Amino acid sequence: MKPPSLGAILLALIPFAATCFSIGLWDRVYPRVLGLPFNFFWLILWLLLTPLFMWGAYRLEEPSARDTRRKKGGGH
Amino acid sequence: MSPSFVALTIISGIVAVGSLVGFSARFHHKMDLEQWTVGGRGFGLVLVWLLMAGEVYTTFTFLGASGWAYSKGAPVLYILGYGPLIYVVSFFILPPVWEAGEKYRLQTQADFFQVRYGSKYLGAFVALVGVASLIPYVQIQVTGLGLIVEISSFGGIHRTPAMIIGFTLVAGFVFASGVRGIAWVSIIKDILLLFAAIFVGVAVPHIYFGGIGRMFTALLQTKPSHLVLPGATGDLGHTWYVTTVLMISFGFYMWPQYFAASYTARNSKTLRRNAVIMPLYTITMPLMFFVGLSAMLVLPSLRNGDLSLLTIVRKTFPAWFLGVVGGAGAVTAMVAAAIQLLTGATLYAKNLFRPILAPSMTDRQVTKLAKIMVLVLTSGAVLLAIYSSMSLVSLWLLGSAGVAQLFPGVVLGLFSKRVTTAGVFAGLISGIAIVLSLMLTGHDQTYYALNPGFIALCINFAVTGVVSLLTRVRTAAFETLSPLAASPSGNGVRLTHSAKLP
Repeated sequence: MKPPSLGAILLALIPFAATCFSIGLWDRVYPRVLGLPFNFFWLILWLLLTPLFMWGAYRLEEPSARDTRRKKGGGH
Repeated sequence: MSPSFVALTIISGIVAVGSLVGFSARFHHKMDLEQWTVGGRGFGLVLVWLLMAGEVYTTFTFLGASGWAYSKGAPVLYILGYGPLIYVVSFFILPPVWEAGEKYRLQTQADFFQVRYGSKYLGAFVALVGVASLIPYVQIQVTGLGLIVEISSFGGIHRTPAMIIGFTLVAGFVFASGVRGIAWVSIIKDILLLFAAIFVGVAVPHIYFGGIGRMFTALLQTKPSHLVLPGATGDLGHTWYVTTVLMISFGFYMWPQYFAASYTARNSKTLRRNAVIMPLYTITMPLMFFVGLSAMLVLPSLRNGDLSLLTIVRKTFPAWFLGVVGGAGAVTAMVAAAIQLLTGATLYAKNLFRPILAPSMTDRQVTKLAKIMVLVLTSGAVLLAIYSSMSLVSLWLLGSAGVAQLFPGVVLGLFSKRVTTAGVFAGLISGIAIVLSLMLTGHDQTYYALNPGFIALCINFAVTGVVSLLTRVRTAAFETLSPLAASPSGNGVRLTHSAKLP
């Protein structure tokens, strides 16, 4: 199978960096945002931000998928 | 009318409507193996979304998340951590899995391994790992249903008869209508669950504390350590969080039922779009945390955290509302269990029994055996639920660690030409061996502050890589595989030997 594009992978790494590897930076109670402890707020924020980054990845992946299909079209 | 009568009547009404929908979905569709397992591969964005949401948001979501917030505190944040990331991973994995599935008429996860690696023994072993990991998952749903009925009847009905009645219905509609019935019941369940989760999650902190922010303020005054890792636990700290989130993000779509759900999609674009929007659905999870945390202050001495959501609903709201929440939970448990049973039964009949013991079986006989296995697996899970007492989250982590071991075989199978059958076999066996030995020696949640499934996954990857480099490539990657296997009978897997390189 055709591997995904580098751009899409980089976009996908952003949510990983923000919600997983960086836990030491955001796992604290203060500053509280909207009444929530900071760690709760941060993870809820990324539920909303992740679709934005993945929408970007979608825009990168889908046109390229269409191109390959058009190229393949003649061979089948 | 006693409150338990009101609550139980409403729960039974919701379950009855759900079951009717499940049974009636079979009309206008001839139920062959292809239709029963993958819905004829014709589901669009909405139905796939419902099916995947129906499978992903289970009783574990409903009761287990509030239960961990109650008993453990901040470690429950790992659910919010992996929530969006499983879809990020699925964005890359599921579209090529779907493409391979459509090309070779694959119906199960084990079919994927069998065709890609040209070995029915690897396929059978993958099926075995899948079925063994699914049993604790079904057990979660059975236990959840039992807890719902027990709490809603104020202890009047013991959970055992409730579990038996509920799961007879589940086996019934899986038996009759397969995956299509499940997708339609999911609609009812999703609407109810969203309504119940949002209402309870907002209302409970408001009623007792005057708002979510004030609930947190009260919690910080009584137990400040509860809200950062490791919370009420000694060992679930930052490294545990990172390794658990990684293990589940990679392993989540290795659950055979989620993997196979991708085959129900009409095209791979549907799956990519789904991956983009699904994280938004995770928004119900923090609401479940708020309920569990409120319960910690309001009802501090429950014997089991998994009871916290239902108990606080019972204490706060009128009986009919307990019935609505209980009904949503009951249908959720039934939908999730139905797809798990369908998947487990198909894996057993198609990938374990037929290729190893009875190669001459027809598709029709396989469907019949799978339906019998639905009943066998249902009885097994009900018996386990009656006799075991593990918490919902612990059961879930156990199964997740098992299926995560399939990740190297899938991802390398899709994107690497150098990976070999022997490499994947060796990696999978070592991964499963490590999971089992860590679990059986009491390290089911941590081992040296790391997630045990993650340790197994790393060793699994290393073994797969080393053995692959030491052995010769004998099978072709998907794009060069013989299209001979793509016979319209939906039986392509039996032709896989033609896929081997000379």
